[in-house]
Amino acid sequence: MLELLEALLASTLDYAPALVFAALGATLSERAGVVSLHVEGLMRTGAFVAAVAALSLPTPLAVCVGMAAAAAVAGVHALLSLRLRADQVISGMALNLVALSLFSFLLEARFSPTGTPPIAQLSRHGLPALEGVPLLRALNGHTALTWLALALPFALSFLLYRTAWGLRVRAVGEAPAAVATLGVSVAGLRAACVVGGGLLAGLGGAVLSTSTLDRFEQHMPAGLGFMALAAMVFGRWSPLGAFGAAVFFAAGNALRVGLASSAPGVLAVVPQGVLMALPYALTLGVLAVQGGRGQAPAALGQPYDPEHR
Amino acid sequence: MRALDDVSLGLAAGERLALVGENGAGKSTLMNVLYGLYRPDAGTLSVDGAPVVFRSPRDAIARGIGMVHQHFMLVPTLTVAENVVLGAEPTARGLLLDVQAAEAAVEALCARFGFQLDPRARLGELGVGARQKVEIVKALHRGARALVLDEPTAVLTPDEADELFAVARRLADAGTAVVLVSHKLKEVLAFCERVAVMRRGRKVAELKAAGTTPEVLAAHVMGEPPPPPPPFQPATPGAPLLQLSGVCADGPQGRPALKGVSLRLCAGEVVGIAGVDGNGQRELAEVVTGLRPLTAGTLEVRGKPLTAGTPAAFRTAGVGHVPEDRHRHAMVGSFSVEENLSLGRHRVPPFARGPWIDSAGRHAAAVLEMERWDVRPRDASLPMQVLSGGNQQKVVMARELSLDPAVLVAVQPTRGLDIGAVAAVRAQLRAHAARGHAVLLVSLDLEEVLALSDRAYVLYGGRTVAELPRAQFDERRMGRLMLGTEVDRG
Repeated sequence: MLELLEALLASTLDYAPALVFAALGATLSERAGVVSLHVEGLMRTGAFVAAVAALSLPTPLAVCVGMAAAAAVAGVHALLSLRLRADQVISGMALNLVALSLFSFLLEARFSPTGTPPIAQLSRHGLPALEGVPLLRALNGHTALTWLALALPFALSFLLYRTAWGLRVRAVGEAPAAVATLGVSVAGLRAACVVGGGLLAGLGGAVLSTSTLDRFEQHMPAGLGFMALAAMVFGRWSPLGAFGAAVFFAAGNALRVGLASSAPGVLAVVPQGVLMALPYALTLGVLAVQGGRGQAPAALGQPYDPEHR
Repeated sequence: MRALDDVSLGLAAGERLALVGENGAGKSTLMNVLYGLYRPDAGTLSVDGAPVVFRSPRDAIARGIGMVHQHFMLVPTLTVAENVVLGAEPTARGLLLDVQAAEAAVEALCARFGFQLDPRARLGELGVGARQKVEIVKALHRGARALVLDEPTAVLTPDEADELFAVARRLADAGTAVVLVSHKLKEVLAFCERVAVMRRGRKVAELKAAGTTPEVLAAHVMGEPPPPPPPFQPATPGAPLLQLSGVCADGPQGRPALKGVSLRLCAGEVVGIAGVDGNGQRELAEVVTGLRPLTAGTLEVRGKPLTAGTPAAFRTAGVGHVPEDRHRHAMVGSFSVEENLSLGRHRVPPFARGPWIDSAGRHAAAVLEMERWDVRPRDASLPMQVLSGGNQQKVVMARELSLDPAVLVAVQPTRGLDIGAVAAVRAQLRAHAARGHAVLLVSLDLEEVLALSDRAYVLYGGRTVAELPRAQFDERRMGRLMLGTEVDRG
């Protein structure tokens, strides 16, 4: 029983980081009032660019390159939605489509239709002291990004709720005109959050191709970006809430995989497809129960036009 | 178009100056230039005798200029202290928001100027009067030496307005210059020492308040002596046309907004609903026009129960609606005036012939109605959005009254209109009642309720807490009923 729990926990910690980073990125951007449907595209960008960069660079550095690339894509979203005041939903979906087709094309043109060649994964570490502790030893054997995924939600929460900058971010998502009349740049603040969100979501994508697997695969991130959005909504747009929801989704996924491998008999009763769909169904269920956008920042998705206050 | 034309204005420390004028006279533009939101094409701005250029509000704030906007610039989800310090936050170790310092700063300012504010209260839970104080404290926290109050009493009860002016007077006595932008000429003359009058972007007069009467000031504002208000013709109430008893309804997010509203409208009457914003006015107007379902109680129009009616059923039963938000609920801005006039009547002659739109008939009908209502410019093909607010409202009123509704529900019918248009709309509402119909007037402007109604109800906390005949209208007492600080025992 304990072994099973440990295996589940270890597996959850493998799946969680990608979702956690992406959910945090979306949260940061949406708290500033900018809709973040482009998270899926950002993750794909991070995953592809990190994997390709890792073919010639040390993997940790390649992860940073992936993050930067995703931040650049997020910058396009900032430009479209803040400077040109485009519809943020349309801009986000357009970027998702661009990321989907661009990286499919590059993948086929440079490598193979299914994926890049394997790369060196990020190294895995553990604390020897934890080896003897039941349950907690599941924390060992993960990459540094898993540890970061456990710490970053608290850091972002601190940034949002305890710093002066965070106060401004929360205010700009609720009442941008109020922030503007205090002489603070609405567009500047929002752009910083969108690009910062891009770095985080890019990191989430890079996790997939450098830690979870050892290559970029054709379908990455396979809807994880939308699950990250669901985690953000489920977590009521707070970093810790999003973290909790992301871990919950990851645990659901771990359960599915665990079920399929430890109790193959299940597959005889439940078709594999149903099991595969489990995390997505879970997401859908959560959103249906939670309902609406009651807790969303009041000015979410509304372009700020200083001439029409 | 030139919004401001060669305007010069000076302001001394501790002075109380008023800026008056009709809508579009340039008052707001002038104040936005002063606050760094707009930049002038020509001319100079000087503070303490030295010329300055304001690129953004940040520059204006740095020079000691503070502004309390008509629409509050506050964040409902933050606390009072957080709202006050936003953009000028006290920090500990350079990064951390120092909440204690923020709360202490608010408490110190409150103590100094005699405000009652809890720095830890969430702003969204405060009433309008308290929110306004937060705005003033916000400006003072930034070291404002000149404070602009833009239409500060528009949403206050008389007692709250008195309190505001007492505070503003204390600020002026302490050396802060106060600019009051208002169209309520009585309060302008009571509070200020000097009055600057703007008309069509120019400053047309500058007067000492002492010795000036509201009539003289109104003549300067309009450019001509105002017509005397028509004498009030009291109604002789006829049969009841609209009756609500024990009506309850939910508001946004499913929270109960109406918790027991009983009222009656009789033929020939204008009945006013007085109340502070957010006490159920919006929901009441939606309930009596069929836009919002009742959760309890009964509603009758001309004796017929309509408790579960659709908006169409209400219209057929004879209920007309002049909604609060003209732009969102009463018109289609990109449609022409004649199209807007036809909305809701678009299936009947002269607007339609069989299933087809009758363009010629519609145009002829529109021209006639524009003539009767004096809608300017007199061009039925213009898009509605290019008309002034007053003319848009006339179009809406023309359409709603053309159906000769037994009950007309008018919500804030003169909001944002200038003096001439206000008089026209008010006269039409009285005339409609005089023709044997009833008008339900829902207004946040107590003065308007008092001026137009034969009878009034006070709405507080979703309940009708008092019913007053015209003979018992008392501004002060009704203000207290609206705030719930006095309970009606009559």
